[in-house]
Amino acid sequence: MDRAAKHFEEQRISKAVDENLKAELSKQGIFATTLQELYNWGRKSSLWPLNFGLACCAIEMIATTMARYDLARFGAEVFRPSPRQADLMIVAGTVTKKMAPQVVRLYNQMPEPKYVISMGACAISGGPFKQGYNVLKGIDRFIPVDIYIPGCPPRPEALIDAFIALQKKIDGQQLTGETRPRHLNAAAPSEYTVPEFGAHDIEPTHNPGVWKPPSLVQITPAPQAGTDGTRDIQIRN
Amino acid sequence: MELETFKSEIEAAVPGCRLEIIPNPSPSAQHSLLVDPEHGLAAAYYLRDTAQFNFCTNVTGIDWPPKEITEKIKIKQIVDGVEKDVDQVRKTSVPGYLEAVYHLYSIDRKVGPLPLRMRTADRDSRVHLPSLTPVWRSAEFQEREIYDLYGIFFDGHPDLRRLLMWDDFADHPMRRDYVDPDDYEYEPTAHDQVLARAREHAAKAGAL
Repeated sequence: MDRAAKHFEEQRISKAVDENLKAELSKQGIFATTLQELYNWGRKSSLWPLNFGLACCAIEMIATTMARYDLARFGAEVFRPSPRQADLMIVAGTVTKKMAPQVVRLYNQMPEPKYVISMGACAISGGPFKQGYNVLKGIDRFIPVDIYIPGCPPRPEALIDAFIALQKKIDGQQLTGETRPRHLNAAAPSEYTVPEFGAHDIEPTHNPGVWKPPSLVQITPAPQAGTDGTRDIQIRN
Repeated sequence: MELETFKSEIEAAVPGCRLEIIPNPSPSAQHSLLVDPEHGLAAAYYLRDTAQFNFCTNVTGIDWPPKEITEKIKIKQIVDGVEKDVDQVRKTSVPGYLEAVYHLYSIDRKVGPLPLRMRTADRDSRVHLPSLTPVWRSAEFQEREIYDLYGIFFDGHPDLRRLLMWDDFADHPMRRDYVDPDDYEYEPTAHDQVLARAREHAAKAGAL
């Protein structure tokens, strides 16, 4: 049984209260819940982001928090200026190699449970600067990312969508069992390798525990007249 | 512009100063003034104080790698007792150098830009130029950037450190012969040079 199937199986077992019965009871003014639901509801409803931005995506992030889009409706109104008080890191913008150690160090300083939204093309992959010498090709090479938002920059609606997706993810988490979140698993890492400045590049260039380059497989198409066989390289995750 | 005037004026004011006008053949015709590094500072002071170029908007670097010029020349040679014109290919190698370009404006006289250039002796060890930061304060960060990306040392700069890359970084990324680190392990939409680098990386990693 793979991880996802196991997750759904555990989720099915953990529904201590029958959903229909719960709905019936709530009509009568009786609310039944589980500790897990309360715990997840608490976590997802007060996600406090870390107050930092790296590039133009940060302008969209600021716009999202302002009156027109109002991220406060989802419980994220308090941007914390200290990583010690933050739950969510929104990596908003280009992560240069010079900035990468600081970003990872800030992530390490955040207390568990902590989440990461990788906002925009640059934070996902390096974006338009991918072939440059000074831009990290995605923050997921060093820290685990929960939600990716494509865009250059993503609109505030996209950030809100990512935020809701993260809330759904938190809401579905099991507190026990093999698929429990990282902060409830003592064996799981909480701090990640901070890269150091080398003579030509940051060292290491990525954290193998977090990110592995997708392996390349060669697809050999069925032989046809006039072709020589090997051609496409496809990427297998 | 008045480049010819400036050239003769500076030559008169700064003895021994070697100036050259670099023509720009494009429609913009933005010709520039090349000054030798020994007298660069004096010429800059003249341009600021006497010619009233009181604003330096931009400083940038250029890397000119060594190149080989191939040209065909005709020489006279005696072949079988008869003098003939014989084509011969002559190759001359031009050594490389680094260049700093200052864009000068005069706010008072409403003229500009005047591109002022200085060249280093070579690209390896003799890469020192006088800093013009004492003349135009706005050159400070840009000279640091050139030092960072091209590796020109500006003598007399108040605070010559790397600006964009970290202090322990060894290379100068804007030089033509810079090779960027091999982090081409994942290129989802590789093409052209990137595809070549990705293949190179894959071959090295033994994935293919």
